[in-house]
Amino acid sequence: MNWADLNLMPALPEMFLLGALSVILILDLFIPDAKRGITYALSLLTLLVCAVIQVSTFEPFATITLSGMFVDDPLSDIVKVAMYGVTALVLVYTRQYVKDRGLFKGEYFTLTLFALLGMNLMVSASNFVSLYLGLELLSLSLYSLIALQRESGRAIEAAMKYFVLGALASGLLLYGVSMVYGATGSLELAKVAQAIASGSANQTLLVFGLVFIVAGLAFKLGAVPFHMWVPDVYQGSSTAMTLMIGAAPKLAAFVFVIRILVQGLGEMVADWQGMLVILAVLSMAIGNLTAIAQTNLKRMLAYSTISHMGFLLLGLIAGNAEGYSAALFYVIVYVLTSLAGFGILLGLSRAGFECETLDDLKGLNGRNSWYALLMLLALFSMAGIPPLAGFYAKFAVIQSIVNINLLWLAIVAVMMSLIGAFYYLRVVKVMYFDDVQDHSPITISGDMKLILSLNAIALLVLGMMPERLIAMCVEAMQQSLVIL
Amino acid sequence: MFANPLSLVIWTPIVAGLLVLATGGDQRAPLARWLALAGGVLGFLVSLPLFTQFDNLHGGMQFVENMPWIESLGINYHLGVDGISMLFIVLNSFTTLMVILAGWEVIQKRTAQYMAAFLIMSGLINGAFAALDAILFYVFFEGMLIPMYLIIGVWGGPRRVYASIKFFLYTLLGSLLMLVAFIYLYFQAGNSFDIQAFQALKQIPMQVQILLFIAFFLSFAVKVPMWPVHTWLPDAHVEAPTGGSMVLAAITLKIGAYGFLRFALPIVPDASIELAPIMIGLSLVAVVYIGLVALVQTDMKKLVAYSSISHMGFVTLGMFLFTGSQMNAWAVEGALVQMVSHGFVSAAMFFCIGVMYDRVHSRNIADYGGVANKMPIFAAFMMLFGMANSGLPATSGFVGEFMVIMGAVQVNFLVAALAATTLIFGAAYTLWMYKRVIFGDVNNHHVEEMKDVNKREFLILVILAVTVLGMGLYPQLFVEKMHLSVNELIAHVAQSKL
Repeated sequence: MNWADLNLMPALPEMFLLGALSVILILDLFIPDAKRGITYALSLLTLLVCAVIQVSTFEPFATITLSGMFVDDPLSDIVKVAMYGVTALVLVYTRQYVKDRGLFKGEYFTLTLFALLGMNLMVSASNFVSLYLGLELLSLSLYSLIALQRESGRAIEAAMKYFVLGALASGLLLYGVSMVYGATGSLELAKVAQAIASGSANQTLLVFGLVFIVAGLAFKLGAVPFHMWVPDVYQGSSTAMTLMIGAAPKLAAFVFVIRILVQGLGEMVADWQGMLVILAVLSMAIGNLTAIAQTNLKRMLAYSTISHMGFLLLGLIAGNAEGYSAALFYVIVYVLTSLAGFGILLGLSRAGFECETLDDLKGLNGRNSWYALLMLLALFSMAGIPPLAGFYAKFAVIQSIVNINLLWLAIVAVMMSLIGAFYYLRVVKVMYFDDVQDHSPITISGDMKLILSLNAIALLVLGMMPERLIAMCVEAMQQSLVIL
Repeated sequence: MFANPLSLVIWTPIVAGLLVLATGGDQRAPLARWLALAGGVLGFLVSLPLFTQFDNLHGGMQFVENMPWIESLGINYHLGVDGISMLFIVLNSFTTLMVILAGWEVIQKRTAQYMAAFLIMSGLINGAFAALDAILFYVFFEGMLIPMYLIIGVWGGPRRVYASIKFFLYTLLGSLLMLVAFIYLYFQAGNSFDIQAFQALKQIPMQVQILLFIAFFLSFAVKVPMWPVHTWLPDAHVEAPTGGSMVLAAITLKIGAYGFLRFALPIVPDASIELAPIMIGLSLVAVVYIGLVALVQTDMKKLVAYSSISHMGFVTLGMFLFTGSQMNAWAVEGALVQMVSHGFVSAAMFFCIGVMYDRVHSRNIADYGGVANKMPIFAAFMMLFGMANSGLPATSGFVGEFMVIMGAVQVNFLVAALAATTLIFGAAYTLWMYKRVIFGDVNNHHVEEMKDVNKREFLILVILAVTVLGMGLYPQLFVEKMHLSVNELIAHVAQSKL
């Protein structure tokens, strides 16, 4: 290795994150339980500094470094900044909730930051090895985060399921990667792409490898028929952990898919397009239809997530930069929306009470019309009703598939979102049309109330003025895809 | 942006609605009411210049405003009105004002939210009529579902949940297919969502035209509503509060008919001509069959709801009467006059029922009888609106129906004869209901305790009566506004795109 060429600057945010994380890990040992707020504040500060570094070192092109292991491009920048923000929101939303349940411990914060580090690596990896390392760091942190609630049988069960199925998916993925390695002789995404383009690689082996890779990715995204873990894990975990799993990891998983399928195996687009069509149609259909039957909100939102992943795949199916940027926009809007939705559920839960069934929301408008309005915005955004941000997300991906003449798929997609509208409407119905049952006051701390409000209102503002964010997504995607 | 009169009519009610919403709980309800009234008056005032400053001799779009909105997706903030859409914006702003007055002391529960929902919806409806960009239109068109869903569901009657969800899903079903049609047209029109660019498209094969027509049909026929996709309307009307019914009947149904004029006919004229016999058939079913259905209703609101479907059948009939590739000018203008007139008359009918409902809390015809003995002033007004609903000359109801029948006679006598039965059925169901409710002896203590209209109700009745009579006696005021736009539309549709 030539040390003079070693450029560490692109990985500066990750290095800072790791350093800060280690400091927090050690410092926390000396902080008594009553002063755990210090750890909380330090974690938020770390996220802020990471975001500042990320933004200030932004460059509108891709830099590959660390012997082809690591790439820093606008796509990774935009997603990483989003992940810092999302993780910070998760910490704010869950503070009271985890306090009430005795989980406000140092491990909670360090594991969260470790998960973030893993996600950063996934987003910035340009080699199958670093991709896998990032994925495992994220997954192992999430398993332990769910299991933190060790006296809850449900949580342990969820962690176990997640672990076993996650390991299986990783196995599938690795198996596929090994075949691609066999066919192309490299693990570096750029070299894999070159080898495939040159036509020297064994096609049969490649396609076999691709099937396993797509299956592994579908597991991680939670697309049907590899979705079985999603509802159980969402429902079994404490709501705080559900939020954690459902937010930033979706962003990371999306870029992970882009890196592998588009940058590594982009030449095989004709092969994976068909597979993704099946995954997308099944996810939208089964996700939406099954969600109708749920009375548990967390389980319902889990199925809704599955259907959203189906929509996300539509953007990838388009197989061009417009489609990918539409999908990027989709995933950002989706994460923002689910943060607001789960945030309300967290806010309505209190010590000894979990707000997680439809009945728990009964008459919310009568109890507190402001929170009902925020939840309304989140729900209609998920349903894709204008003028909320979710509409433009759906619109952009559908536009991208009509552009490649998959009109039938567009019609399937809109019909599925019609079915989806039903169960979101039912939640609105429960909040607005039913009478109040639970008269206990809602206590949400001032800072959380403020941020939650901004979060939900952002959905409306993004719905009125989505241009900036869409343009950013398009630009980032174009600048990032040219090089590899 | 806010200097343009069209932006003003869209955003004034929305901003007012948000302010009303901010007044909060029911302890500040009086403030919410007055604020809403101010917003309604202001919204109406800013819509008036559209009417007074409209240039009757100038074809094409007026008050145009066009600026990029979401460039990455090719969507513009493009507004403009012609003689057709302008009338509905004024009608809508007027109806909103009436609705706010109508709900004044009737709505005691969550007053601020009620008023805000109507104001916001008013802005969205104005936006739908003013939009010249297909996606902008869609955003307004769909956005109005949210407030309407809440209005029916929160302040509605016993089966409100069923009605509101049915209303929402029915409407969404149609419009989602239209969205796909818009995206398809976007690529055909050279990456533009401009409605005028869609209309200017040349050479669309018949097969494609038919598919596009079906997409538009599903979207707009549900809204109109045409038989057989009308079943959401009676449910929604019966369960909606008085104000909700007024807006539904007076305005939102018109958006469906307007959609046919703005999208289906000019974008896919050949398919429209090809499928016109089906459209005429469905319209006649609505006129005749639904008219008979109205006759047997025992619920007053349901009766008026069915009568709305029957009247809207006249509107769609008027739009699809072709001689060769030539639309019938009489019939199209008649349809438009009928739309505006029905806006006033149906709002008035629903308001009258609301007035009685507030006193007796029943919509059953059988629970009434002899109301004239207790509410003579009210009975006189309702007489007028009932006559207008059955199409009596000198009321606005007559003009539109007469013009459509005139047009129909020129095209096909049988169609005209069937359509003309509405004059009999309309009179039958309206006047029979009127007789059972208003005349006769007082036969129960509820009616015995009824008090005649108060000042607020009297004011609304007077305003509505003046407009109904005014339109009947001097329809020229409206017709001259739409004349040129209708001729342009007819000339455009006459050019084949095959």
